[in-house]
Amino acid sequence: MLWVTWRQFRPQAVVAAAALAAVAVTLAVTGPHLAALYQGSGLGGCTADCGSRVASFVSAVRGTPSEDIFYGGVLLVYALPALIGLFWGAPLITREIESGTFRLAWNQSVTRRRWVAAKLGLVGLAAMLTAGLLSLMVTWWASPLYQAAQQASQNSLSINRLSPPLFDATGIVPVGYAAAAFALGVMVGLLVRRTIVAMAITLAVFAAIQVLWPAFVRPHLLPPAHTVQHLDALTWNGVGDVHRGHLILQPGTLTGFSPGTWITGSQAVTVSGQPAVMSPPACESAMQFVACLDQHGIRMAVTYQPASRYWELQWLEAGLFLVLAGGLGGASYWRVRRLA
Amino acid sequence: MIWMSWRQFRPQAITAGAILVAVAIVLGITGAGLISDYNGAGLSSCHLSCGQDATNFQNSLKGSVYLVVFFAGIGVMYATPALIGLFWGAPLIARELETGTYRLAWNQSVSRGRWVLAKLGLGGLASVAVAGLLSLMVTWWASPISSVLIYSKSTSAVSSRLTPIMFAARGVAPLGYAAFAFALGVTLGMLLRRTLPAMALTLVLFAAAQLVMPAFVRPHLASPQHATAAYDPNRGGEMIISNGGRMVVVESASIPGAWILSDTTITPAGKVFTGPATSACAGASINSCDSWLAGRHLRQYVTYQPASRFWPLQWTELGIYLAVSAGLGGVCAWQIRRKRA
Amino acid sequence: MTTAVAARGLGKQYGRRWALTDCTLTIPAGHVVGLVGPNGAGKTTLLNLATGMLEPTTGTVEVLGARPASSPQQLARVGYVAQDTPTYANLSVADHLRFGAHMNPGWDAAMAQSRIEQLGLDPQQKAGRLSGGQRAQLALTLAIAKRPELLILDEPIASLDPLARREFLQILMAATAEQELSVIMSSHLVADLERIADYLIVLVGSRVQVDGETEDLLASHRVLTGPRSAASALPAGAAVITESHTDRQSTFLVRSTAPVHDPAWSADSVDLEDLVLAYMGKAASGDARPALEEIR
Repeated sequence: MLWVTWRQFRPQAVVAAAALAAVAVTLAVTGPHLAALYQGSGLGGCTADCGSRVASFVSAVRGTPSEDIFYGGVLLVYALPALIGLFWGAPLITREIESGTFRLAWNQSVTRRRWVAAKLGLVGLAAMLTAGLLSLMVTWWASPLYQAAQQASQNSLSINRLSPPLFDATGIVPVGYAAAAFALGVMVGLLVRRTIVAMAITLAVFAAIQVLWPAFVRPHLLPPAHTVQHLDALTWNGVGDVHRGHLILQPGTLTGFSPGTWITGSQAVTVSGQPAVMSPPACESAMQFVACLDQHGIRMAVTYQPASRYWELQWLEAGLFLVLAGGLGGASYWRVRRLA
Repeated sequence: MIWMSWRQFRPQAITAGAILVAVAIVLGITGAGLISDYNGAGLSSCHLSCGQDATNFQNSLKGSVYLVVFFAGIGVMYATPALIGLFWGAPLIARELETGTYRLAWNQSVSRGRWVLAKLGLGGLASVAVAGLLSLMVTWWASPISSVLIYSKSTSAVSSRLTPIMFAARGVAPLGYAAFAFALGVTLGMLLRRTLPAMALTLVLFAAAQLVMPAFVRPHLASPQHATAAYDPNRGGEMIISNGGRMVVVESASIPGAWILSDTTITPAGKVFTGPATSACAGASINSCDSWLAGRHLRQYVTYQPASRFWPLQWTELGIYLAVSAGLGGVCAWQIRRKRA
Repeated sequence: MTTAVAARGLGKQYGRRWALTDCTLTIPAGHVVGLVGPNGAGKTTLLNLATGMLEPTTGTVEVLGARPASSPQQLARVGYVAQDTPTYANLSVADHLRFGAHMNPGWDAAMAQSRIEQLGLDPQQKAGRLSGGQRAQLALTLAIAKRPELLILDEPIASLDPLARREFLQILMAATAEQELSVIMSSHLVADLERIADYLIVLVGSRVQVDGETEDLLASHRVLTGPRSAASALPAGAAVITESHTDRQSTFLVRSTAPVHDPAWSADSVDLEDLVLAYMGKAASGDARPALEEIR
């Protein structure tokens, strides 16, 4: 079964290997330049007050091909699981069904379940390996950027590897995504039995997961931290307004957090901690609206995940998606016998 | 022939219709909210000194759902031509070749060339219509944000609709992309004869084209303009000093609505300034370095496409992509005759 | 003697349509069984049920004493060549042999190799580029080389030219003799089956019309010709299959347990094709068909 799976998987493996090699060459060639820029801006040994050097470095990268390579690499790692689900997962069984070769494959001395288990296991491993290698390469290449983000004096949101979408495209989470997308593709193919339809459904479902998960599930994977902050100009630069007495505060950018923090929510609160819904009447016509609110005790309650949680969240999320992949694989294993 | 093409295309048309309706509903609901916020910020009636209101409005968007929808709209505009090429274009002929139904289709009283042109025509029109409708909806939705970005003189990557990220998601260019992706998919499907490899190659080639166009072709579609200003280090530029004293100084250009192609600092002789850095720049304070730089009489030299070039560039690019699509269609019609049955 | 296939009340429903209805038969091992019937009769459905490709809606089927495809050992005992002889278009002939070798512990590599050489197939040729006949031969080799006890073939020669058809049947018969295989082959070309089958099943309208050893069937069916009369005038024990009448003469195809001694009737033997056609015609119209009448 090992040889059979390999022989049927060979064309896709060759394409993947070639693509990985091309990416590796591109990154290897351009990586040293980025590292040189990093050193050149004086960030190499900087431990304190690095803010201006970080700004220097970032603007030296902006507008150059390095920026494009960074976004391209991140986009590639982000899109890879979906592509794997589409081109490796969905056609796995549907190709055999549509071409009728399942009548050849499932009449050898190997039961359907063993056949599916072997394919799921071997190609699934290949998917995880590909995603892992790609993520490793891109993360290695971009390490000067991530380092610089850590050295910034405050939470520089543009390169924050804890917040989406960068979180999805760094570390080991892509391995879990690739496994889950692959298993999803196989399961959808088993249910739908037609390749193109299975590909479309797999894409739609997995894209929905990739969009909805960071917004609604990930902030709660680990209990977020809370803090209450003053509404002064240093803390946020948002917009405050009153509409028929209702207080409308839109936070804009929240500062004062250490670099790499992921802010998952913010809410205006009164002194007692209740949500601040109504504006204090005295402030409605005040010249300094925000300062007036501050005097009346209105604060900003912020929920966030601190930067130190990065690896914890990575392992947790990768593990959850691997469990999902296992579940989908098991469902395919059970269901393939009923394909009549 | 038209009925047959429609009948085979029907499932995809229904899917596309459903997606369009869903997108319209989401954009309609959030768009109404965005417009009322825009009016509420007093921006609909201001013409001259909108700067502060605009900045406030812009800040209020951060962290709100409108920002998510804004970027989702860009994502949808990017994804749509690719998906069209993948799911409509690549399987069009490849499926018939793989399943053998071409033997039925090519033995009716319609020549192969006419058969392929009918399918290309219907699918191409549908692709362009879908892309056009989406572009219309997304551009309408984002118009409050676009005008705010102009008022507030923002210089981010999405500030101007001419920048590569925004250009591909606005106006009429997406219609060309959709037609091109569709035609590319059909041609590759016909040449490779198998659906999955055709889909993969369509994705790769289309992505490559979309990267090459803004990087190498579009800057030259209209001759760029140049602007020079005295380099003033006090205006908050950045500088990098590498080992060996090599220096790079840059000041970000601020031309509202323009697409900055290059921004360099040049010496009086006209060459790019590379240092070397003197001891004035080795100290802890930046001031001595600034005054030394000021003494060098450097100039900032910007090459850009002005905002007024948006529509000319859009129509030119649309024309190019449509011409390429037509060419690919011709290749299909010519090649199909030579196909071995 | 063991049973190759035992079906009890077997039925398969697709949506509203029954592809196979109430099929009860016992196919003995050690025979070459011809499964014949018009298109749409349910032959492919029956064979798919027997190989485990489909699950029955009603009834049960046992192949070589076990449920189809229930275990690797059971799978190893049954070889199957499906309709349209599916092969992997992108795999070469040699790849197909390695495929068989890896998926079957009982694989006879030497036999497979010598067959391919005898057939003159190029081992590096991709299966998608073989002719229909060559693909059918490749599929047959794959099925035989795993040394099954029972070989099931679903219209394997339907799309082959007469020469390719003859070669296929010759190789099939040689292998059957060599390996002592039981064979179940479906076809709608009775002439081919006549040459090789010693057991016949006629399947029409999703039901089994008749089954038995070919010799017995031919021996128990007669064409009776005599003066014009109704079916009731026939000797007892003669079941009418078809009848046709002219002004003066009646011709009956009957199945009778006892020999016919009535001198009023002259009895002729029937050949297999006419027999099968008679059953197919009878089933097509149902029993209530009015007798065919020639008007002069």
